[in-house]
Amino acid sequence: MSARLTLPAAVPGARILGVGSYQPEKILTNDDLAKRVDTNDQWIRERVGIVERRVAAEDELLVDMAAEAGRSAVKDAGLTPADVDTVIVATCTMRYPIPNAAAQTAEKIGVSAPGAFDLNAACAGFSYGMGAGADLIRAGSARTVLVIGAEKLTDWLDWDDRSTCIIFADGAGAAVLGPAPDAESVGVGPVAWGSAGDLSSMIEIREHNQALAQEGQSVFRWATTKIAPVALRAVELAGLTPADIDVLIPHQANLRIVESVAKRLRAKGAREDMVVADDIIHSGNTSSASIPLALDHMRADGRVRSGDVALLVGFGAGLSYAAQVVVCP
Amino acid sequence: MADNAEILSGLSEIVEEVAGIDAGDVSAEKSFVDDLDIDSLSMVEIAVQAEDKFGVKIPDEQLAELKTVGDAVDYIAKNQ
Repeated sequence: MSARLTLPAAVPGARILGVGSYQPEKILTNDDLAKRVDTNDQWIRERVGIVERRVAAEDELLVDMAAEAGRSAVKDAGLTPADVDTVIVATCTMRYPIPNAAAQTAEKIGVSAPGAFDLNAACAGFSYGMGAGADLIRAGSARTVLVIGAEKLTDWLDWDDRSTCIIFADGAGAAVLGPAPDAESVGVGPVAWGSAGDLSSMIEIREHNQALAQEGQSVFRWATTKIAPVALRAVELAGLTPADIDVLIPHQANLRIVESVAKRLRAKGAREDMVVADDIIHSGNTSSASIPLALDHMRADGRVRSGDVALLVGFGAGLSYAAQVVVCP
Repeated sequence: MADNAEILSGLSEIVEEVAGIDAGDVSAEKSFVDDLDIDSLSMVEIAVQAEDKFGVKIPDEQLAELKTVGDAVDYIAKNQ
């Protein structure tokens, strides 16, 4: 006879309790880059939409940035580190795979002995982390989950490759998830996720120079055609329609991809007054950190208000993608 | 199956929508890059819309070969 295992009681779902972010101090402008590689401010603005980006100091570690973002999210939630029981760090740019980022980050924040793991879904990592974190809470496996997206992409760049060094940057963003007391207050919708491993070579770290390379045009085509349907699926899974979306926060890969996704969603009923994240302009592409960075910045400047319905859409290397609807805290 | 004149007209509308260039200024001998000032990412958007409209495949490798509007019209006519 097999043993009967006990499971914790499930809760109605999860909601976002707080958001935070961190960016390094050093600003790298397009003109700074033009001194190094054959490029110029106008070209970068037109093709990618970036005006400036942040770059971590040599001795500033990914886990330092993750901890800063996590700390600010816990504070924003009105909690203390002791309240957190699980830490997920979505990242793809740790210098070494061992030890992971999450346990060190938790230690730096002062979270005692949490469940802690890293998650690599590249630029889709934050949405994957939100999906995993919300379901851990819903299943009763965790109560308060700190989901952090943190990247030090500049450790993995060839500074002579003008197709990548102008795009990628460093930073971290975070959200604290907690249980929703009732069905009406659920604030994280079901995740719509997937991958396309057959296209994995489109974005990869190359062996010969240990640097990130991407087939820009192919990635652009993939993102502008395949991502809007994923976003729409997330809306449908949440039982909403595109017109219900107040804020669209796609991964900040390229402003033209962001605009293309917004255009496709509007063609399917999203409102003209839907706020669309354009954080890439001053933050660059920070992979898994870009969505929470944008969310935090847009809350700070008043473009996103408490109760707004936001659609998060991550996509990138893998290729991997994930989206979900959330209610902003 | 669209004939060349229909393809040119349809393609001109796509170029106008994607790049904001008046469809009347789009003609077969114009170079996408040199005459119409269309960049590589807009070319991808034009290709994606042309694929939907004309039922053809225009892979990225092929796209680079289509220098003029006429090249694109011929390619679509042959492959639709």
